[in-house]
This record gives sequence, structure tokens and C-alpha cells, in this order.
Amino acid sequence: MSIQTPEAPTTLPPAEPPKKAKTGRRSIFLRRPFFTIALIVAAAYVLAAIFAPFVAPYDPVMQDINAMMQAPSVAHPLGTDSYGQDILSRVIYGARYALIIGIFSVLIGAAGGLVIGLAAGLSGGWLEWALMRLIDSILALPSLILAVAFIAILGQGVDKVVVAVGLSMIGPFARTVRADVMQVRVQLFVEAATLMSIPYLKVIWRHVLPNVIFPLAVQVTIRISEAILVSSSLSFLGIGVTPPTPDWGLMIAEGRAFVSFAAWMSAMPGFALALLLIALSIVGDGIREEFDPKLRRGA
Amino acid sequence: MIMSQIQTKRPATAPNPPVFELIEVEQEFSVPKPGRGLFNRDTVGLKALDGVRLSIAQGASLALVGESGSGKSTLLRVLLGLDAPSGGRALYRGRPIREARARGTGFARDVAMVYQDARGSLDPRMTVGQLIAEPLRHFNIVKKGEEAARVAQLIDRVGLPTDAASRYPSGLSGGQVRRVAIARALASEPSVLVADEAVSGLDVSTQAQLLTLLRSLQRDMGLTLVFITHDLGVASYLCEEIAIMYLGRIVETGPTDAVLDAPAHPYSAALRAAAPRFFEPIPEPLPGEIPSPLDLPKGCRFSSRCPAAQEDCRLRDPQLGQQGAGRAVACLHPLTSTGAQASENR
Repeated sequence: MSIQTPEAPTTLPPAEPPKKAKTGRRSIFLRRPFFTIALIVAAAYVLAAIFAPFVAPYDPVMQDINAMMQAPSVAHPLGTDSYGQDILSRVIYGARYALIIGIFSVLIGAAGGLVIGLAAGLSGGWLEWALMRLIDSILALPSLILAVAFIAILGQGVDKVVVAVGLSMIGPFARTVRADVMQVRVQLFVEAATLMSIPYLKVIWRHVLPNVIFPLAVQVTIRISEAILVSSSLSFLGIGVTPPTPDWGLMIAEGRAFVSFAAWMSAMPGFALALLLIALSIVGDGIREEFDPKLRRGA
Repeated sequence: MIMSQIQTKRPATAPNPPVFELIEVEQEFSVPKPGRGLFNRDTVGLKALDGVRLSIAQGASLALVGESGSGKSTLLRVLLGLDAPSGGRALYRGRPIREARARGTGFARDVAMVYQDARGSLDPRMTVGQLIAEPLRHFNIVKKGEEAARVAQLIDRVGLPTDAASRYPSGLSGGQVRRVAIARALASEPSVLVADEAVSGLDVSTQAQLLTLLRSLQRDMGLTLVFITHDLGVASYLCEEIAIMYLGRIVETGPTDAVLDAPAHPYSAALRAAAPRFFEPIPEPLPGEIPSPLDLPKGCRFSSRCPAAQEDCRLRDPQLGQQGAGRAVACLHPLTSTGAQASENR
């Protein structure tokens, strides 16, 4: 007893409180190592996509008959495909298409979902019923099937893929927006604003919308990976972007026939796709957990 | 001709019309009939307010007291013009409240509200400064350049720290959030402040600070105060008048001290006796639960729980009638002051 008591106060208390105070203020990057790694990976993809012409060692559509189906080597780090095109260059350029399609289609989906969700959540009555049945019917089909249907109507090409994937994502967005609107519009601060005789549309603009937009923005970051996956699946099925384009889904499809003796042709773009999707969903989750209004502490 | 008509009409209301006047106000909600079948669409009327008479003069401070389910919140919604009463007339300065509200921002500016759930009544995505500036801007009270100064002045007036303007409600304590709500209510420079349980659920020292604040505000700005509470101590500190509600009807009104010293209605006496006091055991509470408003007892609505009920109490429904100076009571056999004393000492 007499030995323990002098020992404990000298070592423990000075070490403990400063450490605790520090952890409270440590930046998000130190507190969430996986988030940081994922963010770096995702940022690397974005940079590679933006500066593709400078980063890629070869032209992605340059065919070299002397270098067909070569295994990974120093000259071609990820090997070449059946036309002798450099897979690393194609993967880097593919990131461009993946990210463009992912971001823009999600923005289309989010914008459409916001409009429909707001209208459904605020209107009530038969209009809400009609809109929700529309959303239900959209949700009844997986987004891939729906995107296939839209492609069948619109035709092929990168822009068409963006529109098709975007339209197919309106359903889930609309549903979450409606749920948020229903939750926000019965809040007391909305009634308080009405009590101040602030016009209805202004109340929506100033009090309902900001409280709905933020969860939506978080949803956007999470769903980019889903959009990329759907667009790659479309290419894999051969109905997304057209062949010379260096698209990951297309590359996986092209390498499928040679998978037994030239596995790198499908594996490399597949690996690139998987890594990006994992990185994006970790980033999205991190952002949600960090900035969710229900978890957020007062700033 | 028209002029003379107006002039003949005016004098009836013109000499100091009360801020709020409720004349036999009823509020009936239709609710599913209890025990109805799955496909049965029968509804019954639930009278949340049943013949409320109340008059609130300019500059008065009124405490509205009653159990849960006595219709306080329904009455509040009628006073604020959020719901139209289903019967009777609810007037604001001589004009129906709903009409006054529909006429523009005048009513909304003049009658401010402090919610019981102050935190819920503040948009979590706005800073305290923005929240207080919102009514300033909406009612065009100050010029753009003076806005920040006015916000700072209001923050200071309600006793918040100066740096509070840049903080979010989620970072404030319960007492501070109430202060923000009060500052926001005062921003529109109202003449009437309606507060719903503005100090409940806070620790006693914070309650005392807020009550002092409200009292000084009321005195300095000449506010008319309508304060809903179930705490008789708060009512007697803050308000000169009191109205006690039971099952959708006001059963006793009058000056707070007089009513609490010598309650004339047995229910007021019971409420008074039920308030915990230092060094004394808690007295026997009223027997039974508050009856369902769907199934009111015959005659006086308090007769099923009244310790002094007599035969005719179960037959006749008493109306709110004069009882002494400035007081009114809805009871067939009001307690005299000695009777009240006796019932308290039991």
C-alpha cells in the first residue's frame, strides 16, 4: 500500500489528461487511418484520371502487334491485351470514364431524387401517393436492369450511360429525401417559422431544404461507387460504352476469353475497379460518420 | 352612414380592448370511436376545450395552470391562431385571431412564442446569431448594417455570453437554449409573449435565473405575458393573474395571490395542497385519474374526484361566474376562505 500510493500519482495523472485533451481535437485523418488511406487512394485515382496523358506510358488505343498478350514486365507493368494495347495506360484512362460516369450520373440521380422526394414529402394526398408508387416501381427493378432498359431506349455511348445510370438512381435518392423531408417538416422549428408568418416556400427554402441537402450530399458520396459499378456492368455486358474506349468493364469483358492463359487482361482492370469502389465506400462512410447531423457535436 | 355605423360599433371595443378575449371557446376533435371495429369508420367528438372564457388585458401577466390533458396546449394553439376554434369566438384586440393572423405579419410580430422544447424550435443548422437575426430580417426591424449590433444587444439582454452568436444550438446547455429562444422571441419587439413551460425541466438555479430574466423583461418592456406552467410556485412568482384549467374548462381565475391563498374551487385547493413543501409529508393526492374527455361525468366535470361533492354537483354543470373581487369560479359550492383553510389543514 505505502509503495503503491506514491508511485501511482507521479506516473499516471500527468500523462493521462493531456493525452485525452489531444484525442478530442486530433484531426479526422489521424483518428481514422482507414479513411485516410482510402482518401489517398481515391485522390490518386482522381489525379490519374485528370493527368492521364502525362501519367500513362502509352497511348491507350495504340495497338502493337509485336506486343500482344504479354505478361506484366518492365516495359508493360500490367501486361498487354490481345491487340497489344498497354493495360496500365488503359486502366489509367479508364479511371477517367469511371469517375466521369460515376459523378455525373449520381448528380443526375440526386437532383431528380431531390425534386421528386421534396414534392412527395411536402405534398401529401394523391400526388404523394402517385409519386411514391412511381418510385416504388423504379425501386422494384435493380438499378442495373433499369439502366439496361434506358440504354435500350437511348442508345450507346458515354453520355447515354451517364443519363441511363443517373435515371436508374433516382428511385433510391427520392426515397431517402422523402423520408428526411417527412421528418424535418414536422419539426418544431418549422412550426415556429410558420408562426412567424414566414411564407411557406421560404420556410421550405430556408429550413427544410438545408436539413435535407446535407444527408443527401453524404448519400451522393456513398452512391458514386454504385454508379461506377453499374456503368462497368453495362460495359461488361457490351451495351455501355463502345469498344475502343478504355473502359474497365469493357476490358474485363474482352479478357474473359483469354482468362485461362492471360489472366492479367481481366484481372488488372477488375482489380482497379475493386480498389476504387472499396476506397470510395470507405471515404463515403467516413464522411457520413463524421458529419452526420445526429452525431455531430456543436461547432 | 357608414361612418356612423363604424362609430357606433367602435365604442363597444375601443376603450382598451383586451389583448386576447376568449368567449365560450370550444375545440372539438373527431377521434376514432373507442372499441370500434377494423372497418368501422365511426368517430366521436373529443372536446379538448369546452366553454373557455378568458380575457387578457394589455400588460397583464397570466399563468395558465392545469394537469396534463387539461387542454392547455390546445388553448395555446387557439391563442396563437394555429387552429381555429370549432365553437365560440377567439378575439385578438377585438378581431378574430385567425383573421388577424391572415391579415399579414402584424399579428405574428406582436405575439411571440417561446416553446417548451426550445431546442426543437431552433433550426440546428443555423447559428445563434442567424437564428436571432431571422425575425429581425423577416419583420424588417433594423437596417442591414445595424443587424449585427442588434443581435449582440439581444444576446446581451438575455444574459448569453458575447461569443454565443457564432455557436450552434447543439453546443449550448438547456438553459442557454431557452435564453436563445427568448432572445428570438424578443427580436420582433412583441407586446405579447406566450411561453409554454419555458422553465420546466431545468435545474432550480437555472430556473430562477430565467424567471428573474422574464420578470425583468416583462417589467421593462411592458410585455403582456401568458405563461403556461404546472408549477404553482413559478406562477405566483411571475404572474399577477392565474387561470386554472381542468378538463378543457377554466375552473378558477383571479389574482394569483388571492387564488392561491384561498382557493374557491376544490380543484384549485387540491392543486395547492399537492405542491410539495419543505419538511412536510406530501399530502394525500386527489383520488383517481383525470376522466377521459370522451366520457365526461354528468353535471360538474370535477364531481367524480371532488372531495366536497354534493348531490346537485352530479346534476348541474356550473359555469364560470363572479366570485368576489376580480375572481371567478366554476363551482356550485365554492369554498369560502374558512372552508379553504379547513380543507388545507385536513
